[in-house]
Amino acid sequence: MRRLAGFSLGLVSALILAFLIAPMVIVIILSFSSARFLRFPPPGLSLQWYQEFFSSYAWTSAATMSVGVAVAVTLLSLALGIPGAIGLMRGRFPGRRLVAAMILSPIIVPGIIVAIGLYYTYADYRLIGNPIALVIGHTCLAVPFVVITVANALSGVDPRLEQAARNLGASPFAAFRQVTFPLIRPGVLAGGVFAFATSFDELLIALFVSGSDAVTLPRRMWDQIRYQLEPTIAAASSLLIVVTLGLMIVAELLRRRTERLRTREQERT
Amino acid sequence: MALTKHSSRRRGRAVLRFDRTALLILPLIAFIALFYLTPVFSMLLRSLESGEGWSLSAFRAVLSDGAFWRVMQITMTISLITTVLCLLLGYPLAYFIARTRTSVANILLLLVLMPFWTSILVRTYAWMVLLGRRGVINDTLVNIGLLERPMQLLNTRTAVYIAMVHVLLPFVVLPLYATLKSFDWRLVDAAKGLGAGPFASFRQVTLPLSMPGVAAGAVLVFTLSIGFYITPALVGGPRDMMIAQLIETQVRGFNWNIAAAMAVVVLAAVLVICALFARIVALNPLMRR
Repeated sequence: MRRLAGFSLGLVSALILAFLIAPMVIVIILSFSSARFLRFPPPGLSLQWYQEFFSSYAWTSAATMSVGVAVAVTLLSLALGIPGAIGLMRGRFPGRRLVAAMILSPIIVPGIIVAIGLYYTYADYRLIGNPIALVIGHTCLAVPFVVITVANALSGVDPRLEQAARNLGASPFAAFRQVTFPLIRPGVLAGGVFAFATSFDELLIALFVSGSDAVTLPRRMWDQIRYQLEPTIAAASSLLIVVTLGLMIVAELLRRRTERLRTREQERT
Repeated sequence: MALTKHSSRRRGRAVLRFDRTALLILPLIAFIALFYLTPVFSMLLRSLESGEGWSLSAFRAVLSDGAFWRVMQITMTISLITTVLCLLLGYPLAYFIARTRTSVANILLLLVLMPFWTSILVRTYAWMVLLGRRGVINDTLVNIGLLERPMQLLNTRTAVYIAMVHVLLPFVVLPLYATLKSFDWRLVDAAKGLGAGPFASFRQVTLPLSMPGVAAGAVLVFTLSIGFYITPALVGGPRDMMIAQLIETQVRGFNWNIAAAMAVVVLAAVLVICALFARIVALNPLMRR
């Protein structure tokens, strides 16, 4: 009886995991199809859709735009988010919870609301189609993730370590750079990876502010999916899956490193 | 935390409300205020504009519009059913992963994280490929003779549920797994020792004690569902239009104050839900302080 219950739970879990993974696996398999249409199983294998992708200026320039915007978003999010997390966790000021809620709110506010807010403003300033508009918009969405990961890393570091360095004569900046920063570095890098992935995958803001000049990869995919069906999209999807999979593994390794670097016992609740 | 207490004591009894470390947050606050809060609030304020001066006419127009209420009802129905389905599928999976030994559990967690990280657009596209008239599922069913002709799967409500559950399931599994992992399983042994069967001990011990994880996952999935745009737009039919799509059509039609009024209503709904469950949703160290 107990054996049976355990077995059926395992079976159900395996089916649910298959439901989660199978669609992406099938898209990757189809992207190597030699057929002109998306047939499963593919009659043969070929790289034709990847050739098509890399020889099309529209696709490669969209990919370049996505990478460029995502790199800029990562750097800007880290520049704002690292000091922000330190100020939030270690600083002393009234209304901390309100400020935290404000910074984290882009996670909860529906994307369409942020997107049309930015659209109206950028339309006023004639920034539609300018990559800067995308960088600013994506940074608003990405910065909360940097703040969360850095704050999480900081919460595991005993502040007395930095205090000790200060007592030994280090300047505030030197004490931070030489004591705290090495301990939170995995958290910082994980935040950067999150920021990159957030921008790289973002569609709603791009839909409104890309115009026809700042077309990102998700935006180009969206246009293609809606107006004509070509299997190059399967190749583009597979490339996106591989990139995000790589980012995910990096983030997961960094998360485990952060756990190991904890210098302070956490009261677990 | 220890430091802030310590340093304030060191500075004596002077009531110092700020310290220099707090200044580090200013650039971030300035950025968020300028590039996020200002645009969003000025957009929301447009709901009060009408020709000349201020008025509530946009809200009157929206709230007396049958189409708006129909779309709101569809949105809430889809969000609610998606949430229930996510819980029904997510609970057994989270339970199984929490009870498996760590080395296997880490691999299973990666399998849950993989779709979590993959873009919503890519996952929705995958379902278009699977559910289409000449898609993988129809092709297979026709080939093995279970169907005579392909059936309509794409652009139906069922397709919306399948794709949305696929996108949102990790948001339930991850918090539930965290709750069940830190759960004291000796309580179950105690219940069994006192004569409870496996079903009774689950229903009376495990399930009630995992409610915080259930609630956190449910609130997250429900609020995220309300704002969904990409998935219903690609796999839903004309009768599955959700509120984000309606707002988008208003923006494209230059009814900017109508779109803004709808945005206010949706945002209010989301914020009320979040406020009600704030204690449960506040899972990160920033909000816990």
